Parts: sequence; structure tokens; C-alpha cells
Amino acid sequence: MSAANSATSGASKPASTREKPANKAEAVADWADGRLGIYSLAKANLRKIFPDHWSFMLGEICLYTFIIIILTGVYLTLFFNPSMGEVVYHGSYAPLNGIRMSEAYASTMDISFDVRGGLLIRQIHHWAAIVFVAAMLVHMMRVFFTGAFRKPREVNWIFGFLLLFLGMFDGFMGYSLPDDLLSGTGIRFMEGAILAVPLVGTYLQFFLFGGEFPGTDIIPRFFTIHILLIPGVMVGLLVAHLILVFYHKHTQWAGPGKTEKNVVGMPLMPVYMAKAGGFFFLVFGIISAMAAIATVNPIWAYGPYRPDQVSTDAQPDWYMGFSEGLIRIMPGWEIRAWGHTLNMGVFVPLMIFPLVLAVIAVYPFIESWVSGDKREHHILDRPRNAPVRTGLGAAWISLYLVLLIGGGNDLIATHLHLSINDITYFVRVGFFVIPVITFVITKRWCLGLQRRDRDKVLHGRETGVIKRLPHGEFVEVHAQLPQDKLHKLTAHDQPLPMELPAEVDENGVAAKTGILTKTRAKLSHGFYGEGSQIAKPTAEEHHEITSGHGHH
Amino acid sequence: MSHDMSEDKLPESHGSAGQHEVASHGDPFADPGLPAHEPRRTDIDERAAKRAERQVSLMFVVSMLATVGFIASYVAIDADKIVYIFPLGHVSALNFALGLTLGVALFCIGAGAVHWARTLMSDHELPAERHPIEADDEVRADVIEQFKTGAAESGFGRRKMIRNTLIGSMALVPLSGVVLLRDLGPLPEKKLQHTGWDLATPEHPLPLVNMNTNKPMKAEDIVVGSLTFAKPEGLEEDDETFQQQIAKDALMLVRIAPENIKDKDSAELGFEGILAYSKICTHVGCPISLYEQQTHHALCPCHQSTFDLADGARVIFGPAGHPLPQLKITTNEEGFLVATGDFAEPVGPSFWERS
Ligand code: FES
Repeated sequence: MSAANSATSGASKPASTREKPANKAEAVADWADGRLGIYSLAKANLRKIFPDHWSFMLGEICLYTFIIIILTGVYLTLFFNPSMGEVVYHGSYAPLNGIRMSEAYASTMDISFDVRGGLLIRQIHHWAAIVFVAAMLVHMMRVFFTGAFRKPREVNWIFGFLLLFLGMFDGFMGYSLPDDLLSGTGIRFMEGAILAVPLVGTYLQFFLFGGEFPGTDIIPRFFTIHILLIPGVMVGLLVAHLILVFYHKHTQWAGPGKTEKNVVGMPLMPVYMAKAGGFFFLVFGIISAMAAIATVNPIWAYGPYRPDQVSTDAQPDWYMGFSEGLIRIMPGWEIRAWGHTLNMGVFVPLMIFPLVLAVIAVYPFIESWVSGDKREHHILDRPRNAPVRTGLGAAWISLYLVLLIGGGNDLIATHLHLSINDITYFVRVGFFVIPVITFVITKRWCLGLQRRDRDKVLHGRETGVIKRLPHGEFVEVHAQLPQDKLHKLTAHDQPLPMELPAEVDENGVAAKTGILTKTRAKLSHGFYGEGSQIAKPTAEEHHEITSGHGHH
Repeated sequence: MSHDMSEDKLPESHGSAGQHEVASHGDPFADPGLPAHEPRRTDIDERAAKRAERQVSLMFVVSMLATVGFIASYVAIDADKIVYIFPLGHVSALNFALGLTLGVALFCIGAGAVHWARTLMSDHELPAERHPIEADDEVRADVIEQFKTGAAESGFGRRKMIRNTLIGSMALVPLSGVVLLRDLGPLPEKKLQHTGWDLATPEHPLPLVNMNTNKPMKAEDIVVGSLTFAKPEGLEEDDETFQQQIAKDALMLVRIAPENIKDKDSAELGFEGILAYSKICTHVGCPISLYEQQTHHALCPCHQSTFDLADGARVIFGPAGHPLPQLKITTNEEGFLVATGDFAEPVGPSFWERS
């Protein structure tokens, strides 16, 4: 009994032997630590190192605009009425007085004209959405061109891709909610696209719209998807994305003191906190000013939606422009047989749209398969040092832009006084040709830059000083690069292309090489073979030249 | 090497002696390590630091003023006040004032914070170690061992029947979710094949009503080369299903001098050169609105499908896959234009069941 007693009394001594907190703030922190374990959490993260490069802020812009969209979106839901019930408008915008419209449109009009600050919030919401998608695309390209998607970051690349895809989709839905003439046209477009799906198209359409187009359900349904379902999924993905960024730590450029095994930069607290936190306000401030100055989506100018009316320059937001381009350049092929119609003219673009996006999504896996590289990478590639990758990325962007031209062919035609048919024919050809041209040019450009780097390493940089040699020749003096530059220019890997196993093994038996292996070897040669990289200078070459008797 | 580098690589180009030293260690491209920290102006000059401090504070003060301005604008400016501002044009005064004050208030906080971080907070770069994401072999072996123990204890691998039925039930259960979606909408049935014009029969023809005037039309109301929009009699704007009906029923009437009509069947369906086509584009369903008098071409503004109305509305350009359906029209005893039946084929975008 007494033994047990003493044991319990021993255990019931206050567990904490901590010294008295020095001040109130420490006391609060101690209290929280006892419940939430904040000290252990902060220990790892308070002075966590973040490398600095201007391009890293692209991801930040995505994050901040997303937050701005959510903040303003919540405000808008307080006033918006997602209903297709018909009302007659009697608000402060005189030109539409007495016009029939849906409650969705009427409440958007009220937000724009009767709620003080409502127009501003609407404009901030829309501008932020545009910037959000643009920033995601550019951020993704930054990651692509620098090879930051390589192991261990492939999964995060997929998360990012999904965020872009969902962001575009949610943008489209948000665009549809006010039920103005433009947004209704967009929904009609979607209906036609769904109808084009073979076999189940009509069923999908009837279930989505709750009957025939337009019905009275589509806007309330879009509303729920736009404010709840997609943003919910996106928040989840975003958190996962950021956790992985934190866990993997940032990538960094090659440079003095920077290795694959460290990360060089400034600590989270205070520098990064102040910079990143401050940057949020910068982004928010700029978007607010944009919303004050530049009108986006003036629904009052379009009027309420009626299926038998359309406004000129029917245009989606720019990020949907490439799907619009696909649909505009596709010839109207229809296959009719056995009492059925397959609407290729709509169905094919509908399939190419996700394909164009997905190609970029699976790229990391293709590249790692081709290179066979299973190492972790934290040092970024300079785009010139991966000419094939850079070329592919540029080709992809050029395809995107060509389709954007196709999507805006009417605007281009009216502004530049061109024939709309000619633009369409041009885009039809350009769809196939321009990405190829872009690839070739970009790759050559990269090789040229590599060659220049090589020259710089071996012969130094041009100084602008001209010397006259004893025999009369003029030469420019070259200055040897400092050590950090030399290191930076030679730090990259140059993978060797994969070699096919010998046709015949050592016993003279024909070895079987699968088609997959053959493709891989082909691709590998395309990526890393001759003509795809300029051999970087070796130490011997450098020695030979710099040792003073480097005569050739 | 093809590079032409003559004797002439003068001593200067070899850099300083220090670099020779590094190079002579073997690897000329070796990582020289983190460079020494270089102090900023504000690190060594207290006056510069003080100035930076004042700049940061000034930005925060401007932000405060702007917020006050925001509240003042909210109270003072009417929501419907429109002002002219060069070069923006006519804009809402309230939106302009609120947006700019909010913009300045937020921007200055951000600018202040960034300036503070850049000029006054330490800019020492520090290295932190990275650890491989992959666990080491020992951890790996341990986890796999633990998992195997757990799996063995569950008997999942041994009791095949349980395993297979579990997989089966898990595979089927999501179907309930799919089934629940069934009541989202009715079945399509033949709804897409018919329009409001199917109320018309030869015995009870249905008059065409002008979309703008809401009046029935006579043939002489329609001049050659004009485009008129019509709907079936009885369809009113305040009908509950108006939107749904007009999405299929909308007509465009064009009058073409009979000798200019290329398609004879199409001329038959019309009345004295008046042809009634569906206004709904057969591509994805935009209303067609642009008409070129000389060529009789109608253009859809959405993706530029172009139809030749003189030739049975054949597609002559763009992504639409088939001609616009045509409605057979004639006149009744009083001389009003009427339809005697529905379109022969479905209007609007094509779909799988369309024959
Ligand atoms: S809807 Fe008319 S061209 Fe596409």
C-alpha cells in the first residue's frame, strides 16, 4: 500500500519542470504548447530556409489570388440569388427597366448597382479569377522549364495540374452564373458539346439540365458546384500541394555553395514571412485597383439571356479560349449511319481539349522513363541545358496560342480587317505545323546558348578591350570567368542516351528487344543524343586552354 | 578543335592568380562554396537605416489614410453616381473610389512589409541540410515487416472467401451513388425530335408571329432580301416554359426572289420565295443572327458556321455538320403565314439518337 502510494505520489508531482515564463507572451505560448504542442512544431519551421528567386513568387500569386477569390466569393453569395425564376426588373439601371430576366441576373444587377461596393467585389472576384488561372499556367511553365517537376516532385506536379484544370472549370461555371446573354451562350455551347457525346449524350444532358435546355435547374446546380464542390476539392489539393512544397523544400538554382543536399536562403521568420505576407497585400492591392479601373464582364451591357438572341463578340474568358479555338477550326464532320449521328465536329474538339492539357500532366513520367534517371533533383535546370524539354514546352505553348487565335478569330478579323475564313484556314494548318516549327527553333536556340556557355567557360568573357598584336591583328581581350560563374555554367548533368542491348548476345543467340525498349532508346537518343546537347567543357579542355600553351 | 584562338590569348584572359590556384587543385569548375556576406547600405550606415525605417512607416500611414478614405467613400458616394474619368470613360464613382482606396490601403501594407524585409531585416543567406525523401533500408525493412505481421493477423490473404466478397461488395456499393443521380432529370425520350410547331396540322395550321411586333404576318410584310424572326402563335414571353420553347421554336424568315433559290425542294417548302428556317445553329445551338443580303448567307456569331439560305441552308463554312432544318409554310384563308406541321428533322445541335 505504502509502496503504491509513494509511487503514485511520485508520479503526481507536477510533470512540468519548466522554468517560470519570463513574460505574458511566453506564458500564453506555454499554455498553448501544453495543449497543441506548438514548440515542437515551430522548432522545425520557424527558421526554415527558403531560397529566393523572383520566379518563386508565381506560385505565391496563385495562392493569394485563390484566397482573394474565396474572400470575395463569400461576400457575393450573401447577395446573389442563384435562381432561374423569372422577374421583371425594376432597379436603378434604367435601360433594363421592365425587362424580364431571371432572378440570378436581377440579383447580379443589384450587386452591381444597388449594393454599395458590390460592383467592386464582383470585379475583384472576376479579375482575381483571371489572374489566378494565368498565374497557375505561368507557374506551371516555370516548374516545367526548370525541370523542377523531377523526382521527388512528380506527385506535386499532378496536384498542380489538377488545380489548373479545376480552376479553369470553376472559372467557366462562375462565368455562367449571372445568366446574362454571354454566359447563357456559354452554357448553350456546353449543352451542344454534351449532346455530341455518343450513346449517352442526350441522357447526360437531360440529367444535368433537369430536362431540356435551358430549363430552370442549371444555374442553381452550377452554383453549388461552383461555390462548394470544386472549391472544396481545390482547397484539399492546395493544402496537399503546400505540404509537399514544405516537405520537399524549395528547389534552387545552381550556384556557389548550393548542392543537391542543401537549401540556401533566408529563414521563414522574419524575412520570408515579411516578404510573403507583404506580397499578399501587394497582390490584393493591385487587383483592387484593377477592379476600380478596368471593367470586366459588364453584364448590364449584354442583357439577360434569351436562347434566341446573342450578342456579338461572344467570347469566353481567355483561358477557355483554346477550347473555343478547337471548336471553331474543326470541320463540321458528321457521321450518320443506322439511324444515329456521330457529331465529330463537336466531339473531336471535346476530346482534344483534355488531351492537350493531359499531355503536359504526364510529361514528368515520360521524361523519367526516357532518361531512366531515378535520383532526387533539387537543383534546377537552366532551360537551355534541356533543349528537347524546352522545345516541347515551347511547342505546347505555341499550340495553345494558335488555338487562342482560332478562338478569337472574329475579334482578330474585325480589328485587323482580315477574312475570318482565312484566319480559320491558317489556324487549321497552324495547328499541325506551328508547334513543330516552334520546337525546332527553340531547340536550336538552346543549343546556341549552350555553345556560348561553353565558349565562355573555355575562353572567358568578352571584356570590350581591343588589343593590337605585334603582327597587326586586332583581338578582343577575354577575361577568365570567376570561380562561381565557372561552377554555375558547368554544374549541370548531361545524361547519355540509352544504348540498345546488342542484337546478338555473347552466345550468338538473337536477343529479343521489345518494342517498348526500342521506342525508349529512340526517344532517349532524341532527348540526349548528338544534336540535342553540346558537350560541356571538361576539366582537361579547360586546363589545356588556360595553362598558357593552348595552341590549336 | 575548330576554335580559332591564337597566341594571342593574352595573359589578362587567364584571370587572377587566385583562380589559377583553384584550377590547379584539379577541378577547375569546383564549387567555391557560399560567398561571403556583403553588407547593405542600411547595415553600415545608421542614417540610411533610419531613412528606410521612416519610408516603411510612411507606407503604413498612407495605408491607414486610404482605409479612412474607403470608409468615407462608402458613406458619401451614391451607388448610382456615374462620373467621366479620362481615359476610362463613364465609370461608377463609388466603384472607382472604393477600389482605388482599398487598392492603396492593401498595396502600401505589402510594400511596407517588403521594403522592411529587404532593407532592415538580416539578409544573411543560410544553408539548411536536405534529407533524402526516401527512408533508409532499415526503416523500410521494419515497416514492411510490421505490415506483413498485420496482414497475417487479419487473415486477409488466408480467408479467400472473405477477401473476394469484400472486394465485390466494395466494387458494387458506389453504384448506389450513380443510381441516386437518376432523378436529376427526366429521360430524353423523343423530346429533342419535336418543337412547339408540332401543334400545327394541315387542318389546324399554326400562324407565324413576328418576334418584334407580336403580330401574325402576311406574305407582303416580308420584303425580298430581309430577315425576320418569328415564333409560333400562342407562345408568350411570360409562359413558364418560354425559354425552353424559344430555344427550339425560333424561326428566321428570309425572302429570296424565286429565281435565285437554288434548291428546288427548299423552294417548295416556302411560300412565294419566303423560306422559314430554324434560327438555332446546328453546330451547338447559338441563335443565328447575321445575314448577308447579296449572297443570302447567314452566319452564326458563335463559331462562324455559314449557311447558304438560297441553297437549302447548306453549310458552306465552319464547324456545323448539317443544314438548318426548314419549316414548311403556306398561308391561310386570311392570307396570314402559317405552318402546317413540325420540322422534318430535329433542330439545334446533333445528338446520337438523331437519325
Ligand atoms: S453554334 Fe453556330 S457555329 Fe457554333
